[in-house]
Amino acid sequence: MEAINYLNPTAQMIIFSALKIGVVFGVVMTAVAYAVLVERKVSAWIQNRVGPNRTAPFFINYLPVIGPLLVRLGIFQPAADGLKFLLKEDFTPSYVRKVYFWLAPAITVIPALLTVAVIPFGSNLGSEKMVIADLNVGILYTFGIVSLGVYGIVLAGYGSNSKYPFLGSIRSTAQMISYEIAMGMSVIPIFILTESLNLSDIIRYQAENGWMIFKQPLAFVIFLIASFAETNRLPFDLPESESELVGGYHTEYSSMKFALFFLGEYANMIASAAMMVTLFLGGWTLPFIDALNLPASSLLLGLIHIGVFFAKMAFFMIVFIWVRWMLPRFRYDQLMDLGWRRFIPLALANIVVTALVVALFNN
Amino acid sequence: MPQFTDLFFYALAGLTLLFGFLTVLNPLSRSPVTSAMFLVLTILCMAGLFVLLHAFFLAAVQILVYAGAVMVVFLFVIMLLDLKADQRRHFNKIAVGLGGLSTLAIAGTLVASIVKTIPVSQTAGRLAEGETKALGRLLFESHILPFEILSVLLLVAMVGAILITKKDLR
Repeated sequence: MEAINYLNPTAQMIIFSALKIGVVFGVVMTAVAYAVLVERKVSAWIQNRVGPNRTAPFFINYLPVIGPLLVRLGIFQPAADGLKFLLKEDFTPSYVRKVYFWLAPAITVIPALLTVAVIPFGSNLGSEKMVIADLNVGILYTFGIVSLGVYGIVLAGYGSNSKYPFLGSIRSTAQMISYEIAMGMSVIPIFILTESLNLSDIIRYQAENGWMIFKQPLAFVIFLIASFAETNRLPFDLPESESELVGGYHTEYSSMKFALFFLGEYANMIASAAMMVTLFLGGWTLPFIDALNLPASSLLLGLIHIGVFFAKMAFFMIVFIWVRWMLPRFRYDQLMDLGWRRFIPLALANIVVTALVVALFNN
Repeated sequence: MPQFTDLFFYALAGLTLLFGFLTVLNPLSRSPVTSAMFLVLTILCMAGLFVLLHAFFLAAVQILVYAGAVMVVFLFVIMLLDLKADQRRHFNKIAVGLGGLSTLAIAGTLVASIVKTIPVSQTAGRLAEGETKALGRLLFESHILPFEILSVLLLVAMVGAILITKKDLR
C-alpha cells in the first residue's frame, strides 16, 4: 500500500477509478441478481405462496441450521437462474435483421450501467471520493444516458421484424419520450433551489437544508411515477404487456439475449432508485447526527455512509417490486393522458411556483 | 497531457466524419434505419468533441436532445412509414437540386464562419463561474431577444404540426 503514494497523481487517479468501476460494476451485477430473487420472493408472499426455496449446492449439507435456512430463503437461486440463461438454446429466428437483433440487448444494458458512474454512493474512504465521475453536469449526463436506453428497445422491435415486438417497441418509444419530459421537468425546481447540476452539491445542500422530498413533494411524486414508466415496470409495462403483445419487444429473444433485457430492466431500476435517493432523500446523509451528515473522517464512517446509501436504495427497490404486484396495468391512452395532461402541466406549475418563491424570499 | 487530448480529438473527428459519411452514403445498406443509427453515432462523437473542449453542458445537452429525443422520434417515424425498396431508389430531381443548394449554403456559412473567427482558444480556458451558469447568463442577459424569438418560432412550429395532424378542425 505504501508504493501507491509514490505514484504521480494521474496514475493514482487511473488506479482508483479502475478500482471503483470494477467494484461498482460487481456490486450492481450482484444487486441485479438478488433483485430478481427479492422480486420472486415478494411476489410469492403477496400471492400467499412460498417462492424459490429448493436450490441448494452440494456443500449445504455440511452447514447445520444456517444451510437449510439459506436454502429456504432462496439465496442460491440467482446462481441457478444465471446458469439456466447461459445454458439454454440461443435461438435466432430466420426472418430477423441480424445486426440489430444482436445489437439491441447490448444497447439496453450499457446505458443502464453507465448511469451509475455519476452517482455519489458514499462520502469518501480515506481521501478518495466515493463517486466514479464527479461531473459538474451530473444530472444532465444521467438524463442523456437514460434517454439513449430507448434505442435498445426500438432496435429490438425493428430487428425482430415481426408484429408484436414492433408494436411493443413503438409503444415504448412514445412512452419513454413522454415520461422523459415529465421527469426532466420535475427535477428543475431542485436545480433552482440548489443552484447546481452536480449531484454531490445537491447532497450537500440537502444535508444543510433538509431533504428534497419534504421541500419538493410534488417533484418527488412525478419523478417516482415517471421512473416506473421509464423502466417499463408495472403499472406502465405496456411495451411488453403479455395479454396483448405476447412479450412485446423481447418476444423473439431467448437465452442470454433475453437475459440481457432482463438485466437491463433491473439495472435501470437500480439506477432510478439511486437517482431518487440522491435527488430527494439526501444520498448518503442522515439528518440529526452530525457524523453521518458530514463527509466521513474515518474509514468506518465512510463505510457506514455507503451502507446508508444502499439501505435507502434497497427501500426504493422494494417499492418498485411491491407496486408491480399490487397494481393492475394501465391502458395505453390512460398512460399517455397521465403523462401529457397531468404530469407535464403539474411539473411546469411546480417550476413556476418554486421560481417565484425563491425570487420573492431570497432577496 | 496535450498529446492525449490531441489523439482523442483526431480519433473523434475522424469517426464523426466517417459516421457522417455512412449516414448519407452507406455502401452496405440502403435502409433509412441504418442511416438514422449512423447519425446517432455521429452525434455521440460530436458530444465527445464538446467534452474535449470542456463544454460538458453542451455535450450532455447534445446527447439528451439530439441523440436521445430528436433521433428517437426520427426512427419512430421511419419505422412507421416503412418505405419500400423501390420507393427508396427513386430520386426526385427537384429534391436533389434543393438538397444540393441547401448543402452549398450551409457549407458556405461554415467556411465563412471559420474564416472570420478570431482564434481565442488559447486564452479562453475554463470559466471561473462554472460554464452552465455562464451560458445561462449569456442566453438570458445579452442574447435574450434572439433566444425568445427562437422559442416562439419553435412554439409556432409545434402548433402548426398539431394543426396539420387535425383533419377536421371544426
